[in-house]
Formats: sequence, C-alpha cells, structure tokens
Amino acid sequence: MPSLPLTPSQTVGPFFAHALPFPEGPYAVPEDHPGAILLHGHVYDGNGDPVPDALLEICQPGGIFGRCETDKDGRYHFRAARPETYISLLIFARGLLRPLWTRIYLDGDDPFLTSVDADRRATLIARPEPDGSYRFDVRLQGEGETVFLAI
Amino acid sequence: MPQDPHPPYLSPEYKSTVLRAPARPFVAPKLDPEAVELVDPVYGHTPVGELDHDLTRQHPGEPLGERIIVTGRLLDSDGKPVRRALIEVWQANAAGRYAHPGDQHPAPLDPNFTGAGRCLTDDEGRYRFVTIKPGAYPWRNHHNAWRPAHIHFSVFGTQFTQRLITQMYFPGDPLFPYDPIMQSVRDPEARERMVARFDLDTTEPEWALGYQWDIVIRGEA
Repeated sequence: MPSLPLTPSQTVGPFFAHALPFPEGPYAVPEDHPGAILLHGHVYDGNGDPVPDALLEICQPGGIFGRCETDKDGRYHFRAARPETYISLLIFARGLLRPLWTRIYLDGDDPFLTSVDADRRATLIARPEPDGSYRFDVRLQGEGETVFLAI
Repeated sequence: MPQDPHPPYLSPEYKSTVLRAPARPFVAPKLDPEAVELVDPVYGHTPVGELDHDLTRQHPGEPLGERIIVTGRLLDSDGKPVRRALIEVWQANAAGRYAHPGDQHPAPLDPNFTGAGRCLTDDEGRYRFVTIKPGAYPWRNHHNAWRPAHIHFSVFGTQFTQRLITQMYFPGDPLFPYDPIMQSVRDPEARERMVARFDLDTTEPEWALGYQWDIVIRGEA
C-alpha cells in the first residue's frame, strides 16, 4: 500500500460557532435512552481561567456521537449513554494546533486507569453530583492537568 | 506509519498556545479492536442538503467577492478514498470578516454570506464546494498580525482517531512567512500540503475560478 503524507492539523480558531455546533449536538442519545447520563464540566487553561472557545466531541460504541461548544464560562454538557468502559472525548480549541484525546470513566476499575500514575488517575474519572449527573472538568495545563492520550 | 507532520501543541509564536498546550507527558493507551476511539462516529445532525455545499446560495442575493470552486479528494494514508464522509467548512467573507459576534474588526459583514457549508464525499472520496475567496484579516497575536486567506476544514474518517480539523490556504499568499499558525507546521513540505492548487480545468468559464486540494488523514487502525 502507498503511504501518503498526511495533511497537517491546524487550530479550529475562535470563529467556528456559526458552522460546527448544532442545537441537538450535546444530546448524543435520546432522553429515554436506557441509563442515559448527563455529563457536564468546565474547560480551564494553565492559569485556571475558563476556555470559552473550545469544541468538545464525544464518541461511544454503536457510533454514538455528541458535539458541544463551551460557553463564556468554559462550560459544556452532554447527554450520553452510561459507558460500559469509558467515553472517548476529543477537544478542539483556539490555541490548540492539534486536538486532545482523553477518556471519561465513571469509576476507577479499569486496566488502563491502573496504568496511569496514581496521582493523575483522578483526572480521568467523572465525579457523581447530588442530582445524579456527572461532572468532568478538563484542565489543559498546570495543576491537576488532565491526562491526555498519545493516539 | 507516515511521519507525524502536525504542529507541536506549544508554539509560542502563536500566543494562545502558551496557556493551552499541555505540559505533562501524554499516555499511550493500547488500542485493541474494542477501543472506543476506533468507533465510526455517526454524525447525528440533519441530513446534508443538496445546497449545503454552495455557500453562495444560502441567502436571497449573491455574496460579494471572487466566486471560487474548491474541490479535491479525501484519502487515507493508505491511498484509499474515504467515502460518504462528512466535510464541514467555514470561512471569512471577501472582506475578511467572520459572521461571528467575536469578530468586530472594521470590515463589512455581507448580508448574503454566512460562510459555513458542508458536504459528503462521493464514492471516490471527492468533495466540492462553491464559495467566494475569503479575505485576509487582522488579529491581535502580535503587532500588525494578519492571517493569510484560508478556509477551515473539519473532516471525519471511519474511526474517531481519524478526526481532523485543518485550514486550506491559497497559493502565493505573501502573508505565509508572517503567520505563526501556518508556520507552526515546521516541515516546509508539510506546510505546502495545506496550500490548494489553482486549476484551470476546475475553473468554469465566465463563472468561477477553480482550486484543487486533496486531504490525507491517517489510515484505519
């Protein structure tokens, strides 16, 4: 097979809001999907400031796909299927010349998680909230930096 | 595996990377066939409409600017066409202004141009957009900073790991050497792959200039 050289990645930039997000994007599964969960969180930069121009995408088995842009407070939300293992999360933003992959786990019992340094493992585990939803914050840099995947 | 041509996360000349580039080491997961990253994402938006690829026909009037056709093939690194794949594009208008509230620089909006489109590739991986040539625009990265004219492309493959967002540039733009986003790609040959080729055969007489641009994403795992 020939090996063609790849097209390089470039940033999504700040001005994608009229093109990429769509109203039903965050709702990866319908409301009545068995065991659907609500997932939300913030994206923060290396100063701990919210990132108001990130685009997040999730993927799950069966082709389940969701897309949500962060708001002015850096907040995003999804309705997703309760994962058997994890939810794949992809992050684009102004200032990210290439995207970031990470994983959202609901609990810590997984061989991949145990392969991650214990002091960083918690960055991959969503926290249950009193209302039954899950919170997963993304820290791009610095204190509590999320574990990102070499993919 | 082809060489990784992508820019580094930290590219200080592009100032927004400084606080957003991760600093800790990345972790390489073992991607077995069940890995969620290898799922083919089903884009749940409304079906792609017949005119979604034509950015000049979304309003009652015609947009101002130089009408262009941008077409090419979406291939994977094994040379296989990526069929029925979604490509989304967005861009500034001919004056260099985005239809986005965040872009407030003193250039006119065009009521007949939004600057967003999409299409599905055909069985040969081919896509085609009709649009107008975007203008250069100023940004505040450094003194007298201007982005070369570009069209943003967002591309899906058949696995989530193939997801790509990039920018297509126009040949011969004098702003290339001054643009830290384009120059963040360190390999000159890789930068060249982001530049479309003017093509007289794609050009339609009395109507629109034609550009050819192929996109290559990583192969399936």
